Amino acid sequence: MLTEDGLEALVGALLRRGYRVIGPTVREGAIVLDEISSAAELPVGWTAEQEAGSYRLRRRADRARFGWAVGPHSAKRLLFPPSERLLSVRRSRGGLVVHGGVAQMPPQALLGARPCDLAAIAVQDRVLLGGAWADPAYQARRERLFVVAVNCGEAGGTCFCVSMGTGPAATAGFDLVLTELIDPDRGQPSYLIRAGTPAGQEVLAELAGRAATPAEVEAAAEVVARTAQSMGRRLDTAGLHQVLTGQPEHPRWQEVATRCLTCANCTLVCPTCFCHTVEDTSDLSGEHAERWRRWDSCFTLDFSYVHGGSVRPSVRARYRQWLTHKLATWIDQFGTSGCVGCGRCITWCPVGIDITEEVRALRGPGGSA
Amino acid sequence: MQPRPFVVRARRRELADTVTLELTGDAPLPFSPGQFNMLYAFGVGEIAISISGDPAQPEVLRHTVRAVGRVSEALCGLRRGEGVGVRGPYGTPWPVAEAEGLDVLVVAGGLGLAPLRPAILHLIRHRQRYGHLVMCYGARTPADVLYQRELARWQRAMQVEVTVDSPVSGWQGSVGVVTALLPRAAVDPARAVAMVCGPEIMMRFVTRDLLRMGLPPERIYLSMERNMKCAIGLCGHCQLGPAFLCKDGPVLPWSRLAPLLSVREL
Ligand SMILES: Cc1cc2nc3c(=O)[nH]c(=O)nc-3n(C[C@H](O)[C@H](O)[C@H](O)COP(=O)(O)OP(=O)(O)OC[C@H]3O[C@@H](n4cnc5c(N)ncnc54)[C@H](O)[C@@H]3O)c2cc1C
Ligand code: SF4
Ligand code: SF4
Ligand code: FES
Repeated sequence: MLTEDGLEALVGALLRRGYRVIGPTVREGAIVLDEISSAAELPVGWTAEQEAGSYRLRRRADRARFGWAVGPHSAKRLLFPPSERLLSVRRSRGGLVVHGGVAQMPPQALLGARPCDLAAIAVQDRVLLGGAWADPAYQARRERLFVVAVNCGEAGGTCFCVSMGTGPAATAGFDLVLTELIDPDRGQPSYLIRAGTPAGQEVLAELAGRAATPAEVEAAAEVVARTAQSMGRRLDTAGLHQVLTGQPEHPRWQEVATRCLTCANCTLVCPTCFCHTVEDTSDLSGEHAERWRRWDSCFTLDFSYVHGGSVRPSVRARYRQWLTHKLATWIDQFGTSGCVGCGRCITWCPVGIDITEEVRALRGPGGSA
Repeated sequence: MQPRPFVVRARRRELADTVTLELTGDAPLPFSPGQFNMLYAFGVGEIAISISGDPAQPEVLRHTVRAVGRVSEALCGLRRGEGVGVRGPYGTPWPVAEAEGLDVLVVAGGLGLAPLRPAILHLIRHRQRYGHLVMCYGARTPADVLYQRELARWQRAMQVEVTVDSPVSGWQGSVGVVTALLPRAAVDPARAVAMVCGPEIMMRFVTRDLLRMGLPPERIYLSMERNMKCAIGLCGHCQLGPAFLCKDGPVLPWSRLAPLLSVREL
């Protein structure tokens, strides 16, 4: 068990090991992930109310650090940043001189990863490392990532990890895992902490904790059981592949297209979406060029552009591509669903399109599955 | 994947907007007919271009490029001695091994002949391994007929049929769409393999006719085109349903493609 102060010791132990510590913190009306240097920067006493198309910070009555469900940021930002330089190229007399290689940067420790975040990292591992060509930049960051997970004590209004089998308890993919226990009278948190790897064990050994009592272990189990019961949403995955791939002409695709703005928010906040584009540029002298990679989205017209036009000009086809890929063809490609049930795409859609609702409608009249 | 530096060794204008580049690099680039490279024009961009050279001569890398936009224009404008970046080879090949012992029908439309050229050179080099060899090729006008001099040479080893949509005076060959040539192809549909490359709409019509002739869907191969940024299955741009056309394709049999291409805007 750790006390509130123990959390500070944990951050200190990670910093001493040379990690950049990235943790949840309040910025501009949301709990986001950012570099922190002290546990005091955690969202003490904050929670967030989430619904389709809305996110609002609220004060809690207690001093919980992790009394909220996922915010707009995910581990994707740490491992697969929104933009990064892949190459720099110089022109010389004999032709081109290409410099690649992954830039050296300090290893990162993610504090406060949720079980669905861990599942999303596992999905991105399969996509970016599991094929014939591993992504070297992702690999370099991933290998050095230290993960402190937190079991969820509060389901968000848009969460459905129980349906996707990814939460609310962390089972794998962490170095350390915390469960936040709140003293009901004083509102003071304490933390059940457990190591998942030798690296985690080593850090744990440095912290001045005490052994948990059986009652505390039981209380921690109750926390996640309660969270599982209060899931904001659910998604029925039975026969889902056929529901999506088997009815490309279902009228619901047209209906959702009348609401979708193709803003790409859903793909940007999604912790598993990996699509990216590559941009080549050169400086004014024309002697030095760079290649950058940036997150891209299947919602843009450019995404499927081939000479003469876009392959998916209609909004209907683009929404269908996103949902079908996420929930069905992803399984064909990578042996896992592309959705971990984090609810981010529901919360951050400006018009409140809800993928659990869309799936329900696709199971309804008008289709063939 | 990082581009390897290559240098333009020779450049030949094929058509008004099309150029063939011969590139050499630090080492040969062995490939199978039908595969493509990502070609990088310095500071401008990188695009997918099929290899159009002879697979038996991997020390000379050959690409035929049509200028249609920023990157392809920059590539077509390269001069001898200039540098170009090359990544590859990528993608699935034409089924030249599976076709051994069978008749082969090659159907090309426009620039679609470029990715088929390595297959044709392979078929001719190993002529005795195959049954009847036929190529049907359609171009817009006589001035758009690619590799004109070579076509005459290929005619000695295989049946070559060429048609144009719009003739000019003096054109002695066929006029009309490429599908009109198919009935002339001396192949036994029951024991033939088809390799088709051209604009998607042309490939759809050709496939429809080949199926009618009796070719089985699993022996009709098409080379598909989609936006490609990475060519290694990581960027997501080239998806066609469950397939990443950069690594599961670009060459795929109709038996795989039919259910996917039957969905509009997939
Ligand atoms: C497997 C494969 C093989 C190809 N082989 C050849 C070949 O041998 N010769 C040849 O001239 N062309 C070939 N192409 C087409 C060539 O890639 C496009 O003409 C080229 O990408 C156009 O780029 P641009 O910047 O000049 O044009 P723009 O119209 O400015 O295109 C902008 C961007 O869109 C994408 N894009 C546009 N059109 C296509 C397209 N048809 N396919 C894929 N991405 C596209 C590219 O990323 C391009 O940079 C092939 C395409 C594929 C997928
Ligand atoms: S699709 Fe939506 S709910 Fe599923 S992982 Fe992505 S953002 Fe989360
Ligand atoms: S579903 Fe919502 S978030 Fe996604 S592109 Fe459409 S409007 Fe934007
Ligand atoms: S081109 Fe990037 S996934 Fe196929």
